[in-house]
Amino acid sequence: MDSAELAGKIVYTWLTLVLGFILLPSAFGVSLGISELYMKILVKTLEWATLRIEKGVSKESVLKSSASVGIIQRDESPMEKGLSGLRGRDFELSDVFYFSKKGLQAIVEDEVTQRFSSEELVSWNLLTRTNVNFQYISPKLTMVWVLGVIVRYCVLLPLRVTLAFIGISFLVIGTTLVGQLPESSLKNQLSELVHLTCCRICVRALSGTIHYHNKQYRPQKGGICVANHTSPIDVLILTTDGCYAMVGQVHGGLMGIIQRAMVKACPHVWFERSEMKDRHLVTKRLREHIADKKKLPILIFPEGTCINNTSVMMFKKGSFEIGGTIYPVAIKYNPQFGDAFWNSSKYNMVSYLLRMMTSWAIVCDVWYMPPMTREEGEDAVQFANRVKSAIAIQGGLTELPWDGGLKRAKVKDTFKEEQQKNYSKMIVGNGSLNLELD
Amino acid sequence: MGSRSSHAARIPDVDSIQRETGFSQASLLRLYHRFRALDRNEKGYLSRVDLQEIGALAVNPLGDRIIDSFFPDGSLQLDFPGFVRVLAHFRPVDVEDHGNQDPQEPEPLNSRMNKLRFAFQLYDLDRDGKISRHEMLQVLRLMVGVQVTEEQLESIADRTVQEADEDGDGAVSFLEFAKSLEKMNIEQKMSIRILK
Repeated sequence: MDSAELAGKIVYTWLTLVLGFILLPSAFGVSLGISELYMKILVKTLEWATLRIEKGVSKESVLKSSASVGIIQRDESPMEKGLSGLRGRDFELSDVFYFSKKGLQAIVEDEVTQRFSSEELVSWNLLTRTNVNFQYISPKLTMVWVLGVIVRYCVLLPLRVTLAFIGISFLVIGTTLVGQLPESSLKNQLSELVHLTCCRICVRALSGTIHYHNKQYRPQKGGICVANHTSPIDVLILTTDGCYAMVGQVHGGLMGIIQRAMVKACPHVWFERSEMKDRHLVTKRLREHIADKKKLPILIFPEGTCINNTSVMMFKKGSFEIGGTIYPVAIKYNPQFGDAFWNSSKYNMVSYLLRMMTSWAIVCDVWYMPPMTREEGEDAVQFANRVKSAIAIQGGLTELPWDGGLKRAKVKDTFKEEQQKNYSKMIVGNGSLNLELD
Repeated sequence: MGSRSSHAARIPDVDSIQRETGFSQASLLRLYHRFRALDRNEKGYLSRVDLQEIGALAVNPLGDRIIDSFFPDGSLQLDFPGFVRVLAHFRPVDVEDHGNQDPQEPEPLNSRMNKLRFAFQLYDLDRDGKISRHEMLQVLRLMVGVQVTEEQLESIADRTVQEADEDGDGAVSFLEFAKSLEKMNIEQKMSIRILK
């Protein structure tokens, strides 16, 4: 046989395997258990690696017990304690120490900047990219790591790329075909089937293992689904378990093709770039969408930007002004198997997807939560904060009041004024001064 | 892409910085990563804007003054040694430091005197070595915002200057400043311990 024939045969066998073991089961939503087996082996390997690292670690360095411990010993004493005084005491020259210490603490480590870099792991997971603090331990470990590299780049990567390719093409072709049908319940059913199948294929393209909790609270038609944002994959994760109408800007290129195809099969809400700036227009269109109870729930990420999955930042109030029922969803990735956070300033989309496809797996938990509506006398901002707290508590994330788009906007002066007020109260009291005693 | 290396050798002049500031290699590495993270456009140095973008610093009443202390003499670029030099003032005082104190060597940056000097220059804006009543008023105004009237603030400033001023020149010199704070536990109030 010459090489062309041989190559042809290999590709043929490859595709048949892929079809049989992965594509068909996804179409029917059935799992063959191959991924579960892979995950079990992976978990055992990583446990072994952790033990070896712990054995190899020298006495001076100690593994941090919690990855989210800061790098400095924080002095979070409130202003009264920090200034070592009771209310009504006078200004001292040393008061400036408290503020300067807090300021320097913020320079060394602040809550916000660290949320835009990937979470650090407690123990190494055999990926080069997370090898921050772990030095060379033993030849055995290095061998396993090399084996891991070979497996990930030569076996898993081609498989995943094939799957992704098939998944996306099927999505585009499928939705275009379904779009030709006249409006009917058959069309909706078929469009759901196409969407779900393609999403399942794409999730397998990332070796994703997703646990859904509380499925009884899954978002219903005519509602708005709200979730915390870590990466573009969030969308995939959610649409594998249900169909949503997406909201977003019209893009060019590949994304644009996918968007145009999808909208033929079921009504998504895509905006032109110019329309996005007009908030009233956006709100109006979204209101129209949810008013029609037959349309799919809208999926919105109110943070507006990707955060590194250790915290939830300010929810923009726009989504909460539309009205309707909000279905909160909390998404938490397990960083041990792969880092899902998209640092858009560091990586573009293609290198991000490559990183995803060369990780071990994407493991995450999705919690559906009971629906919430705006209460009497609650304005959009308070409602947004209420939903944000609920999501943070459910997902085990910390809550931050800061705006994720801080790099684009200046911090509000109200925060500073609050501190100034507190301090004034301390040294001046309620308007009476202690000077008369002089 | 690039993974973060755990080698301190990536920091330029790491040995001389270590000698000057007294930070351990591990701490210097942490601070170097922090410096790089704050340098959003990867210029290799920090500008005022980079520091102003830290939310928690921007809402600190003395935030601008603290940023000023990183940019002495009107400079506009902050390199890593300069960054660490200021932070070194807040290094906790180790007992060992004093044991090995060589009388020939300059005082370590985190000595009590140097910590006091850092605090002093937050007040002394024109760097003339004295805190005048006017400078005292300015700092007070920063810390209280609009909450306190001008007269109340002036009384507080007058009283404070009077109490600390020993030679009667109406201003507080560095020595007078240090003397009025001699009983204060500076080491604890002006120290930030870097873990690991």
